[in-house]
Amino acid sequence: MEPLRAILGEARSVSTPVLEAVGLHKRFGAVIACHDVSVAFDAGELVGVVGPNGAGKTTFVNVVTGYVAPDSGYIKYRGREHSGLTPRTAVTLGIARSFQHPQLYESLTVLENALIALAVKERRHASWRPLKQARALQGASALLERFELGEAADVEVGQLPEGRRKVLDIAMSFALRPSVLLLDEPTSGVSAAEKFALMDTVTGALAEAQMTVLFIEHDMEVVERYARRVLAFVEGRIIADGRSADVLGDARVRELVLGVAEGA
Amino acid sequence: MKIDPGNLRRLLGVVLLVAVLALLGLWLAGWTRFLLTVALGESLAVIGVALLMRAGLVSFGQGLFSAVGAYAVAYGMRLWGIHEALLLLAVAVAASTLLAVAIGPLICRYRQIFFAMISLAFSMVLYSILLKFNTATGGSDGMEVTAATVLGYHAAAKALAGVYYYLTLACFGVALFATAAYYASPAGYLARAVRDNEIRLEYLGASVSRETFRAYIFAAALTGLSGGLFALAVGHVSPTLAYWTKSGEFLFAALLGGTSSPIAPVVGTVVFESLNSYLSAYLPNVWQMALGAIMLAIILLMPRGLWSLYERFSARHAA
Ligand SMILES: Nc1ncnc2c1ncn2[C@@H]1O[C@H](COP(=O)(O)OP(=O)(O)OP(=O)(O)O)[C@@H](O)[C@H]1O
Ligand SMILES: [Mg+2]
Repeated sequence: MEPLRAILGEARSVSTPVLEAVGLHKRFGAVIACHDVSVAFDAGELVGVVGPNGAGKTTFVNVVTGYVAPDSGYIKYRGREHSGLTPRTAVTLGIARSFQHPQLYESLTVLENALIALAVKERRHASWRPLKQARALQGASALLERFELGEAADVEVGQLPEGRRKVLDIAMSFALRPSVLLLDEPTSGVSAAEKFALMDTVTGALAEAQMTVLFIEHDMEVVERYARRVLAFVEGRIIADGRSADVLGDARVRELVLGVAEGA
Repeated sequence: MKIDPGNLRRLLGVVLLVAVLALLGLWLAGWTRFLLTVALGESLAVIGVALLMRAGLVSFGQGLFSAVGAYAVAYGMRLWGIHEALLLLAVAVAASTLLAVAIGPLICRYRQIFFAMISLAFSMVLYSILLKFNTATGGSDGMEVTAATVLGYHAAAKALAGVYYYLTLACFGVALFATAAYYASPAGYLARAVRDNEIRLEYLGASVSRETFRAYIFAAALTGLSGGLFALAVGHVSPTLAYWTKSGEFLFAALLGGTSSPIAPVVGTVVFESLNSYLSAYLPNVWQMALGAIMLAIILLMPRGLWSLYERFSARHAA
């Protein structure tokens, strides 16, 4: 299968991509969840990732961030090859992610979650100064304000509604100030009415920060509205990659991803 | 260095508590004061167990470190002729910390029941060593610990118990403040983060094993100090310190008190030790059954320990 990018012939910048996947391959038993995936991202891109359930979108994020080791292939970050990555080393490079199912500190408050993310970012693990010191509190409040979580600061995360949990999950990854941020279904579990508001909040926060952002998304309206470039995954492969209008208009994508039979 | 206002508040709280206990020491009868000396010393081991529980680690073998601390004091006297209590306690803390540094990287790879079992295994290994090599360790009889000086002051035999009470109290105050500061520090929160979600912690760029190792070492140091204080106060060490029932008592006291505040395990220890002493005196035949019933009641009615009573009370009055 020839990636659609070649057909669409989108002009790509000549500078070194910030992140590049080279021949990533991952098999789970009989399932090939990531099938020889090669793809590159430039600084500041906002990329939507679509594909049916089980297409390998989350696996791609897991492999790129070192949570799952690929059978073969590697990633290049700013032109340098990295293999044997772990989530920790990926984050240290500047690649962070959010989760399809929010991964949070349930017994702590929203504010404490933010404070922990910032403390780790600032390498204050071993400091004897309290977590809740004035300057750290300012930073955490600013982070929460930015994601419109200010009012929930003192709520225990276990008590938070799903939509807010997704936002906090993203905010904690954002707090690390990565150059590449991979968002796994930021709007799943969020009511249809709230999806655009959530994406506005997130993209607003990200725009100022000049991050390269990938977001996996099932809602095509959201993809159309926010992504400039779209990748379509099917059965572990990227079957299309290009400008969002082109990819979403492509017949094969419409059939395999959107389930629209052409000419029907 | 400027002291943080939060830590200043914690320091004042500890100073106040220690002052109250110091006054209490003047008024208490000898036997009760001795019980309190032992309980305050032991509470440091229970704090160690509670501290690990906050990181999601249940230690069934914390007796390992109290035995190491206690025997370090005994050997410090016998082999090196150290007779200054503060030096002996420093040896106790150093010995237990070193042991934790040595075995921690292995133990901290495990979680849940595996952590409990492997910590139990290590303590039982020490127990059998102390028992078997009786020419060096005194076997099941253990070793005697004679009177030590405190800051060079050689107390008369009659005054020794009183001096040890204040020595224990001082060590208790320092350890309690260190624990309170640790709980409020990033490392203290990261330990709770380990319990809540290891995946997120790694995805923040922190290391789960390094954070648990940090908690493990701190707990070992506290427990070593606890063992050292015990050796001085009781004047005798024996292998039972490393036996699993001792570790079980620490765990019992931690569950009884709770883990949400550094003071909670102290409450747990004092209540546990009182129950232990008075139940066995008044109900000689059924006191262990009574202890079991109390344990059951706590788990069913107050899963977060006695300290949750205080928290509920103070929350109501804050509202
Ligand atoms: N750890 C794993 N072990 C075994 N199989 C796995 C594992 N992770 C993913 N898979 C399989 O790999 C395939 C791709 O899964 P993945 O979660 O990446 O899909 P996805 O595109 O994110 O789907 P969704 O839209 O439902 O989130 C699926 O068939 C899945 O069952
Ligand atoms: Mg997925």
